[in-house]
Amino acid sequence: MTAIVDYDSGNIRSVVNALERLGEDYVLTADPAVIAAAPRVLLPGVGNAAEAVSKLRARGLEPVIRRLRQPVLGICVGMQILCRDSEEDDAQGLGIFDTHVRRFPADPEAKVPHMGWNRLENLESKLLRDLPPQPWVYFVHGYYAGLCPDTVATCTHGAVRFSAALKYENYYGTQFHPEKSGDTGEKILQNFLHL
Amino acid sequence: MVAKRIIPCLDVRDGHVVKGINFEGLREVGDAVEMGVRYGEEGADELVYLDISASQEERRTFVELVSRIALRLNIPFTVGGGIRTVDDAARLLDAGADKITVNSAALADPALISRIAGRYGSQFVVCAIDAKRIDGVWRATTHGGTRLTDRELYSWASEVEERGAGEILFTSMDHDGTKAGYACEVYARLADRLRIPLIASGGAGSAEDIAEVLTTGKADAALAASIFHFGEIPIPELKRMLRSRNINVRI
Repeated sequence: MTAIVDYDSGNIRSVVNALERLGEDYVLTADPAVIAAAPRVLLPGVGNAAEAVSKLRARGLEPVIRRLRQPVLGICVGMQILCRDSEEDDAQGLGIFDTHVRRFPADPEAKVPHMGWNRLENLESKLLRDLPPQPWVYFVHGYYAGLCPDTVATCTHGAVRFSAALKYENYYGTQFHPEKSGDTGEKILQNFLHL
Repeated sequence: MVAKRIIPCLDVRDGHVVKGINFEGLREVGDAVEMGVRYGEEGADELVYLDISASQEERRTFVELVSRIALRLNIPFTVGGGIRTVDDAARLLDAGADKITVNSAALADPALISRIAGRYGSQFVVCAIDAKRIDGVWRATTHGGTRLTDRELYSWASEVEERGAGEILFTSMDHDGTKAGYACEVYARLADRLRIPLIASGGAGSAEDIAEVLTTGKADAALAASIFHFGEIPIPELKRMLRSRNINVRI
């Protein structure tokens, strides 16, 4: 059973649908007790990182997210708010991943937001096992997490190489959307369900 | 590097994908959900579903259809057709659409783009522009190219970007349905002016046309309907050809 943290962080329908396709039981919840007791926790997020993290705090969910010992997966902005901070409206994150989130520079050869399919490189996590070489996944983001010791996959957009996936202890994060990344994305979600 | 995208477009009426053939009216080409799933399996990068319903009754069916599509598809999809308000967009978001397109309603009320983007983010808003060339000037049209507006294509595209659209889907009504190739010069000029991704639509007749619009046309994505629906160009074959031309596509 997976708890999907429901904190009004934008569209979570696609994450729900992906778990439905995989036949995984889930609960949409903002109840700290339910989240703490779930075997796995999924933290989605779309839109503005500063807004997302303030909504999480307004629901009193920061302490419970910090204390989790089961596998946790932050997706997109859900990953970014687990980083130290973000240039997006000076958001202060939870600091689980030891990196900063910055805005992509203007680059005529690399449009912002970074939108569409791109390849993962330097994969090194059980979350990303049994995938094709340099697998394609789907991204939509204007800000990126810098490379750091927690980086477990990289991706390149224009001149910037960034963290496409992060891992620290039981916390995982993907900048891309596994729920929209075809068979590769389904495999990654399945890996998460079997960590 | 981010891949160039191949996007089949599905016109939907009453749950079925339809396509007008040689002005003889609409022909039903398949079930909207099943066709989408099949395109996903074949390697389509995204899908666009356009609601061409004739009545309010049918429009309600479309929202239901969007939720069935969302449940089955594991790639992103955009929906459009008849979106006039933020609430229309919200209903489709809640049903599971990743993006929406606005067209006529944005021409009538350009602030609609900012309102939807402000609420749900720029990545959710694709602005479709149907334009045709009149006396050497590209002008935006509505109602399938039959009604001219006073908006000039390039300035309208820039305004749409300023107002927060995340992508522009430009269809040349002079090329649409001709299968004689895309309006490549226009796309290249648009792409140079825009910072947001540009999707090319209208005129695809061959894999060569698609290669052309993704290279000299500088488009980020190519959208087409009939060449995919009638199996003229299978997507895996198209992508292998594009790859052989050193075009970065997802295979």
